[in-house]
Amino acid sequence: MSTHNRLVVGGIEFKSRLIVGSGKYKDFVETQKATEASGADVITVAVRRVNILDRSKENLLDYINPKVYKILPNTAGCYTAEDAVRTARLARAAGISDMVKLEVIGDPQTLFPDTAALVEAAKILVKEGFIVLPYTNDDPVVAKRLEDIGCAAVMPLAAPIGSGLGIRNPYNIRIILETVQIPVIVDAGVGTASDAAIVMELGCDGVLMNTAIAGAKDPIRMAEAMKHAVIAGRQAYLAGRISKKLYATASSPIEGMIE
Amino acid sequence: MKIVLNGTAREVAQNTTVASLLQELGINLEQVVVEINLHIIDRADFKTTSFKEGDKVEVIGFVGGGLS
Repeated sequence: MSTHNRLVVGGIEFKSRLIVGSGKYKDFVETQKATEASGADVITVAVRRVNILDRSKENLLDYINPKVYKILPNTAGCYTAEDAVRTARLARAAGISDMVKLEVIGDPQTLFPDTAALVEAAKILVKEGFIVLPYTNDDPVVAKRLEDIGCAAVMPLAAPIGSGLGIRNPYNIRIILETVQIPVIVDAGVGTASDAAIVMELGCDGVLMNTAIAGAKDPIRMAEAMKHAVIAGRQAYLAGRISKKLYATASSPIEGMIE
Repeated sequence: MKIVLNGTAREVAQNTTVASLLQELGINLEQVVVEINLHIIDRADFKTTSFKEGDKVEVIGFVGGGLS
């Protein structure tokens, strides 16, 4: 768990603890506006073949300026360590980031990670000098292993990708926070602002989301809501919440009552 | 000469270089990564790298995407 005022991952300082995805928006203008409203400094992008036949299509990077935002390429859609490593290398060759959000998916229906393949891919990429941010499940043992092999952060899911189910197992997230020293960034599962606040109140270092914003009826407004939720949750965590009690405790003095 | 470009067969002239192919396709060199037969081509070598018959060429870029 990072105690820095700002989130630092692999020596890179993030200006916001909210990291956003760039998928599922209706167009690049909406992507741009929502990203701006979120206050995020880091945005994750997918690596794909360029459309050769239809060059009228604009480029995402014309709207999300890599000089303004930190680009976090991901290996979304990769089902083997080999594919994920290849994708990460291609992403780095673009020359805008040494970071990679490493995903090795194990099952198309749940999009849960294949953690054995994830660890294998992470080992290779760490050795090649990548700043590796692995998407993993909420398993403290795997989180520790990822830390031990040199990942810069761990990104446990809170619920399946795109499900919006919220924080299904806050206890595991807490155990992960106590298990590793590297930043813990919840990646996937957030549905609305209160979920993001809960992530931060647990003491997580950051939260990454895409569908919760892009899939909202008003993505730009939701992006702003998420910005506030992450700040509020972080502040509440730092402030230290009161303990829960079964009975009431009056907050007015008992002396000086009018008789 | 035939190459396979992003999974589709394509006829290119002899001595076509990576740079000239991208130019022909109207692709900004700064926004893509090129891989030939699983080997990533350094951007500085785009002008001097030409294709061989049957090369498997991938032109890769960044698109919107978050999680898988």
